[in-house]
Amino acid sequence: MSSSVSNPGSHRAERDPRSWRDRLAAGSPDSPDAPAQLNRAFVIGLVGVALLVASAFMSWTYNPALLGNVTLYGNPGTVQIYLLVMALMALFLLLIRKGPLSRLGRHLGRQTGLRALGIGITLYLVIAVGASIALTDDAMLGALDPGVYVGILGGLLVAAAGHLLPTHKAVGERHQRFPAWLEILVVVLLVALALAAAAYGLGIGDPALFVAFLAFVAVIAAGLARGGFFDWLSIVVGHHRTVLLLATFAAAFAFPLTQNGSDANMSIATSVLIFAATAMGLNIVVGLAGLLDLGYIAFLGAGAYVGAMLSESAFATIDWKPPFIIVALIGALFAALLGLIIGSPTLRVSGDYLAIVTLAFGEIFRLTMFNLDGNNGPDLTHGPNGIPAIPELNFFGFDFGATHAFFGVPITRFANYYFLLLLLIGFIILVFTRLNNSRIGRGWIAIREDEKAAEAMGVNVFGLKILAFAGGAFLAGLAGTVKAHQDVSVTPDQYQFLESAFLLAAVVLGGMGTVGGVLLGAVILKLLPEKLRFFADYRLLLFGLLLVLMMRFRPEGLVANRRRQLEFHDDDEALADEVEAIHTEKVT
Amino acid sequence: MSTATTAPVPAAAAQDSPTILSARGVTMRFGGLTAVNKVDMTVHEGEIVGLIGPNGAGKTTFFNCLTGLYKPTEGEVWLAGAELPPKPREVVVAGMARTFQNIRLFANMTALENVMVGRYCRTSSGPLTSILRGPKFRREEEATRARAQELLTFVGLGGKGEHLARNLPYGDQRRLEIARALATDPKVVLLDEPTAGMNPRETEECKDLIFKIRDNGMAVVVIEHDMKFIFNLCDRVLCLVRGELLVEGDPGTVQSDPRVVEAYIGGSELDDEEDEH
Repeated sequence: MSSSVSNPGSHRAERDPRSWRDRLAAGSPDSPDAPAQLNRAFVIGLVGVALLVASAFMSWTYNPALLGNVTLYGNPGTVQIYLLVMALMALFLLLIRKGPLSRLGRHLGRQTGLRALGIGITLYLVIAVGASIALTDDAMLGALDPGVYVGILGGLLVAAAGHLLPTHKAVGERHQRFPAWLEILVVVLLVALALAAAAYGLGIGDPALFVAFLAFVAVIAAGLARGGFFDWLSIVVGHHRTVLLLATFAAAFAFPLTQNGSDANMSIATSVLIFAATAMGLNIVVGLAGLLDLGYIAFLGAGAYVGAMLSESAFATIDWKPPFIIVALIGALFAALLGLIIGSPTLRVSGDYLAIVTLAFGEIFRLTMFNLDGNNGPDLTHGPNGIPAIPELNFFGFDFGATHAFFGVPITRFANYYFLLLLLIGFIILVFTRLNNSRIGRGWIAIREDEKAAEAMGVNVFGLKILAFAGGAFLAGLAGTVKAHQDVSVTPDQYQFLESAFLLAAVVLGGMGTVGGVLLGAVILKLLPEKLRFFADYRLLLFGLLLVLMMRFRPEGLVANRRRQLEFHDDDEALADEVEAIHTEKVT
Repeated sequence: MSTATTAPVPAAAAQDSPTILSARGVTMRFGGLTAVNKVDMTVHEGEIVGLIGPNGAGKTTFFNCLTGLYKPTEGEVWLAGAELPPKPREVVVAGMARTFQNIRLFANMTALENVMVGRYCRTSSGPLTSILRGPKFRREEEATRARAQELLTFVGLGGKGEHLARNLPYGDQRRLEIARALATDPKVVLLDEPTAGMNPRETEECKDLIFKIRDNGMAVVVIEHDMKFIFNLCDRVLCLVRGELLVEGDPGTVQSDPRVVEAYIGGSELDDEEDEH
């Protein structure tokens, strides 16, 4: 061991980091080598942070078109301020070792956090610079100034410091509680921060800067996650579930107020909400009952077509014009009926057959809508032209198409629909969580776990599957009726197989059976393509790649249901203990 | 035999009570293979009946016929005065619950939730009630939870309700499966090799648990390979060989029957047809 200590620390560590850590972990804490090693890591980390700070104040490129002009020395641009923030976070993780911050340090995984942060910062620089070069026409590849290289070196040093630090477990102490007001404050502040970040992020026009911002958020999130902050947060949130719920909805309601009457972002936000609401419905079918539905978009389409056909549009094909609330109900019921028709013959057989049948059903629906144009049957849908000119919703004189003033802040057309959809998604989440925590939900999960055993224990397997299928269809149909009005027109090509695949991807990517995860997955899958128009051509390629990576490294989804996480990592003893501890804590 | 006398209730006492489960001429064929051939079985209330036989004798197939998992090719099964309904779920509602030879718990649910699933067929909250969360829902949910906890305590898992089923030790998983079966309020409990893989101490505990179940008024049918276990436990033992009922009687009679000994020890001709279904 003494021989390895005499080696230059960083090089040795990069070649064989595991042996360092193992040896450090194996050695007693007061062995003479450990403090020396710690100090070395500490110094390396400090140097890394210093380089990062220096890089933030240096020029990154002499082409002012790149990254919103980072050509100046001593005057950090936006992307450099991101770097400063990340450097400060790394500094914080380094400093929690001693002094007044050490009390916090016991709750955080410093080693993993620093490593993630260091690697993240390096990637951030590469991605930000790479994106700006790729997205700017007159960029010259050689236009980089030393600031970039200094920053990359700093990031690598921080990562190396993370490698050199010994691993330490904070499991038991994570459950130490802080005063309630502090925990609530943290929850509220985080939600407010998320709102501010969303408003800020959506306001970024330059795609390269937006990519940089995304990378920045991802690095911060990775650092916090690997640093154990989210573990702590999930426990805190567990204590204050209502606070989180209220704060989230308050923030979601406040979002249009940050837009100053601009419709550009609100139109994106409403389409995200529709997508998220549909994904939540699919989450019942796939996440809870474990039924693979590859044609789910058809139910959204069924609702939308009913909404359009019964609307006041001059092109509507049915003369009856009931009020919207009735139309919404009919649309939802019609979708549920379709679900029943498809489900009852197929749900008796297991797994794969259902996937094939639903896949076909999705296509059949689209083609039927395409062909009901009067030539091949009744003229219900105007075929490929669809039903255009669907009028705005009007609730008791409240016109959704007009701009209203709310305490002086203009609320535009899309914002009106946004609020309505927010209520809808709140309703769907309520249905989801309440069903999940009930006899019905337990039956669904039992079916997902072992269908035969569930049947042998008296669970009505067929009935529950039908319920999940038709219930999911009902919720999608409901969302569809609103979508018809928000989109103004309904055409068959909005409801192709690809959309079903994206919905499923949102559920899987976010985390099956969770609320937060699926919402996050839906936001990512819908928001990114809207915001990053330039990669529209590569959208499928990138999402495919993303899913493959997810399946390899985090099959349980971004926001994991703790139990599902165990399903995929059942050899992880520490995780098992943690889940056990959290469960026990919840009960007592 | 000396081992048979340890059962606290004499065999004769239970046989006087009314019949709860009877199988008449149950036959199960898979294509040309007759797995179970004209087996009769009668189980009285509060009785423990053992089912033994070498591998491939058709014990589990017979169990599956009793629980509606298979529909017998011929013969009929009567439970508590009514013919057995055709679906496994309805069989459970009629009052018969089972465990599986290879444990089939809901691995990613907690122990408590596993037992709560067992209460499914005895509760009635529908989707609307669950969403609206009225007083009825709360009452029923509370009662389900309390009953599940009570059953966990009954089988000796009282403190492990929040453990995931998959994380429980093997013996506890077996007991959890029994608790889950008991949650359906059965009249007859069918246990398929409840002590497989258990150590002697756990086997002993399992025996006490089965006695406790019997003392709560349920009849128990047990498939087992552990002869000592079964002859200590059961009021009556049936021996199946090649799908046919070979011997039936009290443990002493069956244990000393030369045909049983031959089926287990001398039955070399059985070796080439050991297909279990």
